Amino acid sequence: MEHESLAGRIFRGVALTLILVFFMFPIAWILLMSFQTNEQILRIPPRLLFEPTLANYEALISGQLHTAAGNLEITFMHNLWNSLVLSSGAVALALLLGVPAAYAFARFKFRLGETIAFTLLSFRFAPPLLVLLPLSLYYQELGLNDTYFGIIWVYQLIALPLILWIVRGYFEDISPDIEHAYRLAGHSWREAFTRIAVPLAGPGIAAAGLLSFIFCWNNFVFALILASADKQPVTVGALAFVTASGIQYGQIAAAIVLSVTPTLLLALYAQRYLVEGLSLGAVKG
Amino acid sequence: MSMLQLLQANAPAGRKARPRGRALPYLLSLPALLVCVAIIVPFVAAAVYSLQRYRLNLPFLRGFIGVQNYVDFLTDPAFWNTLRISLVYTALTVVLELLLGLAIALLLRRPTRFHNAVSIVLLLPLMTAPAIAALMWKLMTNPGFGILSYLVGLFGLTDFKWASDPSTALFTVVLVDVWVYTPFIMILLLAGLRSLPRQPFEAAALDGVPATFVFFRITLPMLAPYIITASLFRLLDSIQQFDIIYAMTQGGPGDRLMVFQVQAYLEFFQYTNVGRSAALLMILWVITNILSNIFIKNWLRLRARAHSQA
Repeated sequence: MEHESLAGRIFRGVALTLILVFFMFPIAWILLMSFQTNEQILRIPPRLLFEPTLANYEALISGQLHTAAGNLEITFMHNLWNSLVLSSGAVALALLLGVPAAYAFARFKFRLGETIAFTLLSFRFAPPLLVLLPLSLYYQELGLNDTYFGIIWVYQLIALPLILWIVRGYFEDISPDIEHAYRLAGHSWREAFTRIAVPLAGPGIAAAGLLSFIFCWNNFVFALILASADKQPVTVGALAFVTASGIQYGQIAAAIVLSVTPTLLLALYAQRYLVEGLSLGAVKG
Repeated sequence: MSMLQLLQANAPAGRKARPRGRALPYLLSLPALLVCVAIIVPFVAAAVYSLQRYRLNLPFLRGFIGVQNYVDFLTDPAFWNTLRISLVYTALTVVLELLLGLAIALLLRRPTRFHNAVSIVLLLPLMTAPAIAALMWKLMTNPGFGILSYLVGLFGLTDFKWASDPSTALFTVVLVDVWVYTPFIMILLLAGLRSLPRQPFEAAALDGVPATFVFFRITLPMLAPYIITASLFRLLDSIQQFDIIYAMTQGGPGDRLMVFQVQAYLEFFQYTNVGRSAALLMILWVITNILSNIFIKNWLRLRARAHSQA
C-alpha cells in the first residue's frame, strides 16, 4: 500500500477522475443549464461558454412565466415553502416525541419499548404504499390531506425511526452513573434528563435531526399520495412543473437547483454523521 | 424482526439502569406508540382490502372474496411481468452498486485529506431527492438537446432514446439508481475498510503475500458483514423502488418498467382497484421479509466467522 508503483498511481488517478466526473457531472450540468436561456440550451453542439442569465430564477421567484403562448403561473415557490414547513415541522415533532422515547428505550428494560422499537423499524423496511394507500382513503374523508399537520404526521414514519434508533445509541453510550450521581444530589429524573442526558447526547440529537430533515425533504411518495395540490413539497411540485411547463427547460433546471440546494448544503454540514444515520447505527462511522 | 436482530447484534451493549418509576418509560414512549398505531391501522386495513373485491368506482360490489385477488395473479401475465422486472431491476442495481461502491471504497481507503474530500463530495448524489435526480437525468437524456444524447451521438448512436425506448429504458433507470445509491454502499464499505484491524495486513505485507490473495482471503472476508449490511439496505429499497421509475416514465414505455409499487399505485389511482393493489403490496411485503431473513442469516454467520478470524 505505502510504496505504490507509478502505474498503480496513474491507474488510481484515472479511476478517481472518471468516478468524480460520473457522479458530479449531472449536478454541474444542471447548474449550468439553470443559467441559460432556452435558445442557449437548445443549441447544438452544446457550449460550455455562454452569457449567463438569471431570468430562469427570476421567473420562478416572481411566479410568472412569460411564454409565446401567454403567461403561466408557477407555484414553485409555494412548493419550496411547503417543503420547508413540512420538513421542519416533522423534525420538530419527531424530536419532541422521539428523544424522550429514545431515552426510555436506552435506560429502561421494558417489553413494550422493544416492541415499539421493533415495529417502527420493521415498517421502515416495508413498502411505503402498503400504509399510504389505505391512509389516503382516510385522509380524504377526514380532510387531513389539505392540512400541514396531516402530512407532518405521516412524515413521522420517516423521521421518528431515524431519531429513535440514532439517539437511543447515543444515550446508551452515556454511562447511567453520571445521572445516578446527579440524582443522588437531590435532582429529579426530569432534571437529570434535560441537564445531563440531553446535552451529552447533543451531537447525536443534532445529527438525527439534520438527517431526518434531509430525508423528509427528499421524500416524494408520501406527499404524492396524501397531500392536496396546495400542500405539495418541491419533489412533487417539480414533477408537476415539468408536466405543466413542458419545454421551459431553463426554468426546470433552475427549479431542480433550488430543490436540491438545501439538502446538499445540510449534507455537507452533517457529513460526519451520515454513515451512522444511513445505516440506522448498524455501522458506526 | 430480522432487521432488529441485525441492529441489536451490532450495537454496543447498552448499560440498562434498574427500573425506577414503573410508569415512567411507558409515559415517555407513549407518543412513539401512537405513531405505531397510526402505521398498524392502515397496514391491517390493507391486509383486509387484499381479501376483498373492492373497487372505488363500484362501491356496491364490495365484499369478502378470500384469496381470490392473489389467485388471480397466478394466471395474470401482468403480475409475472411486474415480478420479473422488479427482480431484474433489484439484481442489476444491487450488483452494480456493490461492485462500483466497493471499488471506490478501496480507492479511497487511505484516510488522506484528498480522499476524505472526495468521499464527501461523492455523497451529494445520495442526498439528492431520487425523484429530482430522475428529472435531472431526464433533462440530460432529452432527445432534442440532452447532453448525453449528444455525447452518445458522437459515437454514432444518433438514435439512442434512453428511457423512452423499451430496449434501453431499464438501462436508463438502472443508471440513475446507480448514480444515486452507489455512494451509499461506498460510504458504508469505506467505514468498514477503515475500521479493520491492521495486524493481518501488516503480517501479510511482511510475508510478501500477493495483493490479490490479501484481497480475496483477508479483506473481503473481514469486510463481509459490512457488505451484507449495505446490500440488505439496498436490496430492500431497490425492490420497492418507486420515485426514480415513476418520475422517469411512470412504469413505461408500455409496461417495460412496471415494478411492484408503481403497478400498485396505478391499480389504485388509475384503475381504482383497491383490493388488487393491496394484494400486490402484501406480496411485495412478503418478498422483502423473505429476502431480509436470508440476508440476516448469512450476516450472522459471516460476522461470527469474521470475529473468529480477527
